[in-house]
Amino acid sequence: MVLIYCELTENAQIADVSLELCTKGRQLADRLGSRLEALVCGESLNGIEKQLYPYGVDVVLKADDPRLSPYRTLPHFALLSEVIRERKPEIVLMGATCVGRDLAPRIASRLRCGLTADCTSLEIGDYEDKAKGKSYQNILYQIRPAFGGNIIATIVNPETRPQMATVREGVMKKELKDSGYKGECVTLDAGRYLKKEDEAVRIVAREIEQRKINIKNASIIVSGGYGMGSRENFGMLHQLAQALGGEVGATRAAVDAGFAEGERQIGQTGVTVRPKLYIACGISGAVQHRAGMDQSGKIISINTDPDAPINAIADYTIIGDACKVVPQLIACYNKNKK
Amino acid sequence: MSYKIVVLIKQVPDTQNVGPDAMNADGTVNRAALPAIFNPEDLKALEMALQVKDKYPESRVTVLTMGPERAASIIRDALSRGADNGIIVSDIRFAGSDTLATSYALACAIRKTGHYDLIFGGRQAIDGDTAQVGPQVAEKLDLPQVTYAERLLSLKDDTITLTRRLDNGVETVEATLPLLVTVTASAPDCRYPHAHRLLQYAKTQPEIWNADAISPEMERLGLKGSPTKVKKIDNVVLAHKEGVRIENSDAAIGELVVSLMEDHIIG
Repeated sequence: MVLIYCELTENAQIADVSLELCTKGRQLADRLGSRLEALVCGESLNGIEKQLYPYGVDVVLKADDPRLSPYRTLPHFALLSEVIRERKPEIVLMGATCVGRDLAPRIASRLRCGLTADCTSLEIGDYEDKAKGKSYQNILYQIRPAFGGNIIATIVNPETRPQMATVREGVMKKELKDSGYKGECVTLDAGRYLKKEDEAVRIVAREIEQRKINIKNASIIVSGGYGMGSRENFGMLHQLAQALGGEVGATRAAVDAGFAEGERQIGQTGVTVRPKLYIACGISGAVQHRAGMDQSGKIISINTDPDAPINAIADYTIIGDACKVVPQLIACYNKNKK
Repeated sequence: MSYKIVVLIKQVPDTQNVGPDAMNADGTVNRAALPAIFNPEDLKALEMALQVKDKYPESRVTVLTMGPERAASIIRDALSRGADNGIIVSDIRFAGSDTLATSYALACAIRKTGHYDLIFGGRQAIDGDTAQVGPQVAEKLDLPQVTYAERLLSLKDDTITLTRRLDNGVETVEATLPLLVTVTASAPDCRYPHAHRLLQYAKTQPEIWNADAISPEMERLGLKGSPTKVKKIDNVVLAHKEGVRIENSDAAIGELVVSLMEDHIIG
């Protein structure tokens, strides 16, 4: 069985990252010939299961209790670790969010099982341990860039169960399986799982900010790297994005240098995007960055370096200083638009 | 009032300043080419611990690292900034540890330090970016955890108040000690070393604990104690597209814009 730990948004909807994992979980479960189950912990969850069935979830496990909302580590840890012990999933997937990255390692520690953070791909395959002379069938391949993105590692947990992985939002694609998919809902008695000690951390206040920048859903992204040189030069990327009706993205190096806000970061440790058009300005194209944008429809690279790795995945390459080419693009667009 | 504090620190290769010689020709990592630094978020964890000591000077801050003996340099750095004591947990038997085996060894070492009220550590190390060791140490010691801490607001008796930086905002939490706290990148920077402490600790050789010293179950250490195995490592191969080189001229850029408009990619 494959189990998805579902997160809730502020208005008690299933988070996108969890629905994306349901789609991936359904594919893995089909490959294994097994069920897909989803755990939802929160408060006032009436009818929440209906959001999950269309993604091919066979069983929704629901724990509805005020102590489970908003998210706190210990109550959710108590629930999820016991549910895993009772239901013995082969695979458990969670979002690589501030919730999943808080909860998953604690669960892996309690169950003494392996966990791979920030996977960019999940597959099923066989594994041979040559040192032990053992072979394993239908193992979860947990694939992620490693060591500064210079290599891609395939990680397996041959001996321990469940096999756990976290995945960032936007990395997997959310797809409806069947709007009439029939699943069942099991209500868990939260009181049976929660103890007094789980109250050791209390929430005093929460200030939730609306996401101001939404690059994930932008159909055109103008993105800048360290090669843009300054925050001021990023201004022209904003002008181009505004002209085209798009959003501005950035590499980790550009964010670290203070050229752009962290919410604009695209790549393995940022957002994964699939816009119609991606314009990469002064971006060399480290693998961590490409992992977050290589599924874009069309890619234009503007770079002074003809050998920049980004050019290899670009549909169009303009060799030149982005600070000169971008204003040319803006002018050409304004001249030609109807 | 005083507190016993352990700060978990790590010496890491500076992956954010990777030069062209960072990878060997066979695709393995050329560690010698990477400078070793104090993991940035661990420095912020040290600062939070030192803030407790500022308020309660009788408190004792012990920094603890697992790694090779050359990690003594970050212990000395921590001592010069105000830590009281440093320990390196080092043994060839830890080799090949994944986060589970690492957190087990660290938890054993923390137990050996005796009584503790607060454990601080960086949210994650820049060489792995997993953010797993903190919560795993907390679980192994059966402590509650507060992750992504940004500000220490107050500490009185056995109650601490902290803010946490989340994906979509800030949360203020109150927690009962003992507790493990992981500190995030937006927390205050660590204070600088004191000149006299730099001199005082320049040659200090920290205590080194080997595997026997921390009384572990040996099969939970190193490669044996690590459920995750690396099946394979691939060099990054660029999927090559047959891209079009656009001449850097007004005319050619204009043509590109027009063709993108005709294809309704931009409108």
